[in-house]
Amino acid sequence: MSLDKATVARIAHLARIKVPEEELDHLAGELSQILSFVEQLNEVDTGNVPPMTSVAAQKLRRRKDEVTDGGIQDAVLKNGPETAEGFYVVPKVVE
Amino acid sequence: MGALNRLTMAEAIDGLARKEFTAVELTEAHIKATEALRPFNAYITETPEVALAMAKASDERRAKGGAGPMEGIPIAVKDLFCTKDVQTTAASHILGGFKPPYESTVTSNLWRDGAVMLGKVNLDEFAMGSANITSHHGDVVSPWSPGEPGNWSRRIVPGGSSGGSAATVAARAALGATGTDTGGSIRQPAGFTGIVGVKPTYGRCSRWGIVAFASSLDQAGPMARTVKDTAIMLRSMCGFDPKDSTSVDMPVPDFAAALTGDIRGLRVGIPKEYRVDGMPAEIEALWQKGVEWLKAAGAVPVDISLPHTKYALPAYYIVAPAEASSNLARYDGVRFGLRVEGGNLKELYENTRGAGFGKEVRRRILIGTYVLSAGYYDAYYLQAQKVRTRIKWDFDQAFQLCDVILTPTAPSTAFGIGEKMDDPIQMYLNDVFTVPVNLAGLPGMSVPAGVGADGLPLGLQLIGRPFDEETMLKVGAVLEQAAGFKTEPPFVA
Repeated sequence: MSLDKATVARIAHLARIKVPEEELDHLAGELSQILSFVEQLNEVDTGNVPPMTSVAAQKLRRRKDEVTDGGIQDAVLKNGPETAEGFYVVPKVVE
Repeated sequence: MGALNRLTMAEAIDGLARKEFTAVELTEAHIKATEALRPFNAYITETPEVALAMAKASDERRAKGGAGPMEGIPIAVKDLFCTKDVQTTAASHILGGFKPPYESTVTSNLWRDGAVMLGKVNLDEFAMGSANITSHHGDVVSPWSPGEPGNWSRRIVPGGSSGGSAATVAARAALGATGTDTGGSIRQPAGFTGIVGVKPTYGRCSRWGIVAFASSLDQAGPMARTVKDTAIMLRSMCGFDPKDSTSVDMPVPDFAAALTGDIRGLRVGIPKEYRVDGMPAEIEALWQKGVEWLKAAGAVPVDISLPHTKYALPAYYIVAPAEASSNLARYDGVRFGLRVEGGNLKELYENTRGAGFGKEVRRRILIGTYVLSAGYYDAYYLQAQKVRTRIKWDFDQAFQLCDVILTPTAPSTAFGIGEKMDDPIQMYLNDVFTVPVNLAGLPGMSVPAGVGADGLPLGLQLIGRPFDEETMLKVGAVLEQAAGFKTEPPFVA
């Protein structure tokens, strides 16, 4: 499997990572190399094999649906690069 | 009495109990050692004031008769564990300035048991790497590098991703350190630096408050200079935590009490698939020696087969990047860390993430995004998870024939910084023996067992049954005793 420049640009956009145009070629080469490496997995017969969903054979625990935490707005917002009036601030998203 | 930083953790616990020295004295010795270690770039954040305050509180607790299992023991914390009000970076630019308003469960458990925090040690960015050369805060140099600190003739890598942890412990600047292991990040650096590193069974240590890399593979564990020290520290780190949905509600054994030295009749599996092409003869020979040592102690070697071993690395390089691409979506420049402005929200995201992630992390996020994207999910991710099941089955079958498995830790000794860097696949091959253990969720450990022709340490790996760390550690202690690894690195603080 070999990725071209346009595909890498598309993945980078999906991942919301800005990749400079001049790095796309090199990156396409590296990613293609990794994809060829992982392609050997197709040799494995997985006909009746279930995909692993959990290494530990345990059911996900449940708990009562009740509030166990909260009232820590200041702590939550403390690390925000830009906050105002109890909110995170982002560029305008609604026209 | 020699320098306090040369003691083992067990010796320091005894010395403190006998009042031969105080936790403050022990901590001061380690703060001094930490300063001497600075040229190696092992720390991202030193916290001497925190350490001294914790040591003082520890001495006060002891005076009142309330000493915990790790009372007064100074340790280093991998900078992947969130520590309340102390900068936590994951060695990434994107988390710059982040001071968690909470404490990870594992570190909380350690402080509950009396341990003292020396600071936050360096790692590969988001724990992605095998040499500690992807950190935004610079490369870590191994204390095994020849020459004077800062003027080495060859800069040796400490391994990764827990490279700062390994360097600090090997240089006698901390009695122990926390590590995390997603594909070998505790065991490989332990092997490269001649110390002991333990990755417990998935679910033993809570992942809550540890910066996530690949959630189905990540496990925390201890790194220290003896098997007994790791056993002591592991007990304090483990325990059920309702805040981690994969934390296992099981009693935590007294791991150190399991080190009886009696391994008579235990069956030690030797997997034939771990003889990989191009592995140096000295590693093959050391492995054979390990078999002989355990046999001499009364264990029974058994040939086993783990037929899907060669598929572990490719499966890992789908599963881990896929989970990482999802976990790392949270770094968006809005809630914490770096923010690079843009004309609109999408640009803000793209600019922040473009500037904030290093090359290795970016590469893995992109791979992960690709294998999870529409049209490729079944071919890559689903197939990898099926192969993962087969790898687990291999181990299940093997453990019907044996009680523990012995392998080399890594296919080489440590290499120099700048070597092996042009080809990502070459770097990934470092983890060929450690990755299968994570995929199957098993406990594994590395024990220092010898020195290569280049003068650098070599480790042997033991793999245990799920939740049977006790047998693994017991065999590890026998291996340690038989190997008698006493070589110190060129630099000791």
